[in-house]
Amino acid sequence: MAEITSLREAITDLVHDGDVLAMEGFTHLIPFAAGHEVIRQRRKNLTLIRMTPDLIYDQMIGMGCASNLVFSWGGNPGVGSLHRFRDAIQSAWPAPLHIEEHSHADMAARYQAGASGLPFAVVRGYVGSDLPKFNPKIKSVTCPFTGETLAATPALNPDLTIIHAQKADFEGNVLIYGIIGIQKEAVLAAKKAIVTVEEIVENLEAPMNSCVLPHWTVTYVCEVPGGAHPSYAHGYYQRDNAFCKAWDTISRERDSFRAWMTRHVLSTADFSEFMRSLESEKVKIDA
Amino acid sequence: MPDAPHTPDEIMTIAAARHLRDCDVCFVGIGKPSAAANLARLTQAPRIVLIYESGTIGAKPGLLPLSIGDGELAQTADSVVSVPEIFRYWLQSGRIDVGFLGAAQIDRFGNINTTIIGGTYEKPQVRLPGAGGAPEIAIAAKRVCIILKQSRRTFVEKVDFVTSCGCFGDHRSEHASTTVITDLGIFISDSTTRELVLSSLHPGVTEKRAREATGWDLKVSRDLNETSPPCSEELVVLRDLYARTALAYGTSAGSTSAE
Repeated sequence: MAEITSLREAITDLVHDGDVLAMEGFTHLIPFAAGHEVIRQRRKNLTLIRMTPDLIYDQMIGMGCASNLVFSWGGNPGVGSLHRFRDAIQSAWPAPLHIEEHSHADMAARYQAGASGLPFAVVRGYVGSDLPKFNPKIKSVTCPFTGETLAATPALNPDLTIIHAQKADFEGNVLIYGIIGIQKEAVLAAKKAIVTVEEIVENLEAPMNSCVLPHWTVTYVCEVPGGAHPSYAHGYYQRDNAFCKAWDTISRERDSFRAWMTRHVLSTADFSEFMRSLESEKVKIDA
Repeated sequence: MPDAPHTPDEIMTIAAARHLRDCDVCFVGIGKPSAAANLARLTQAPRIVLIYESGTIGAKPGLLPLSIGDGELAQTADSVVSVPEIFRYWLQSGRIDVGFLGAAQIDRFGNINTTIIGGTYEKPQVRLPGAGGAPEIAIAAKRVCIILKQSRRTFVEKVDFVTSCGCFGDHRSEHASTTVITDLGIFISDSTTRELVLSSLHPGVTEKRAREATGWDLKVSRDLNETSPPCSEELVVLRDLYARTALAYGTSAGSTSAE
């Protein structure tokens, strides 16, 4: 049974320097609150896995949490580039970042293989692409039945996967709906899992066939309302597009980035304080 | 009647929308491809099926999505499935008629670069977002349509990195084709040489200008056409779509450049 605890305790217990950590969300339900807690606890040398690293990974990379990044598309959705991600790859700031780059179809298949307990993933992909030349993990296999050559990559089995979801019940069963992305596979592929949720309810009232993670597949459930902000939680709140745009300016220079992170993340105790800190700045700008 | 005045950006989006047929099953990238695909849905292709890689099948957004996984796409879709399902059952299985992509750079064979500009892979001058879904979209779709602004920086002799394969190779059926649509004209891959051939110039664009904006010795079709100017319906629907999006988000989805 999943244990219901605070986000701080969950991160303290399960995130260690040097761990392989996947934090998933496909533009929806991105676990920002959990990412901030990892930054607050000053975790280092993490291998971060994510199909679509966006603002939260930009923040974690810029704050020196990561030494490796496994990914397939790194950007600020609808806005453009990630400046901290770029700076780490182009100029090794604040530390060298080793990258392992795949395509979306491949990353999805790698999580599926991991969740299935299989050693590798098979994809009809990468034909004509330079990616296999630069990523030694992309190999090929010949189908024993048809002779077709297919791409093969190793399964993903993170030490820990963290996701954000809409609801959990008192036992720790988790319900996810809307764009469900790769979250189920990422949790089932991992050795342990933390799920932050908008709310913990007595009864999930999950419709048949919905995406439910049974309580015994999750290690910790933490109630963090708004924990996906500035991404969105279907049925709860919309994406904060203005923030995603503002991030382009905040993160462009190292100094403005550091100042913002210190003020809003390092100097706040938890996510609700972070949200109040952001709000107070907004009020000042509006006035 | 004189042609309605339009911008190069508008004719590019409109020409791309015209490339889509009613009932096509279209795998859509965000930004310009999404604008063109939704314009097609609201004009000549009302039964087109739009699939976004976030898992939304048959999305009918009232606004242009800013990201590939906006709630609007889920809310208006026939079905929302997981990301592994979208790439396995719907893309790699060969169910997609048209893959609709953007690019930072393209070469004469339609190879796409969205990975790095300049330098080496390990130490690039500019690091771009990367592959996303494109490598598999480019090889699994029956037709590929690429939309980008044309200049010597984007139309290059050799791309700095082949992220996704263009129109060469024998892995696709002989009927497979690649079309590139820019703000200057339309380019179609030759079925034998697989090289992009200029097949249509947008109104007011000269062949000389298209050549100047191309980083290789451009082949021109013997049957070079002029793109029909936008009709008023196309312009009204496209501008309305942008206006509604800008009103809702306080920004212009037409100017976004993410994947």
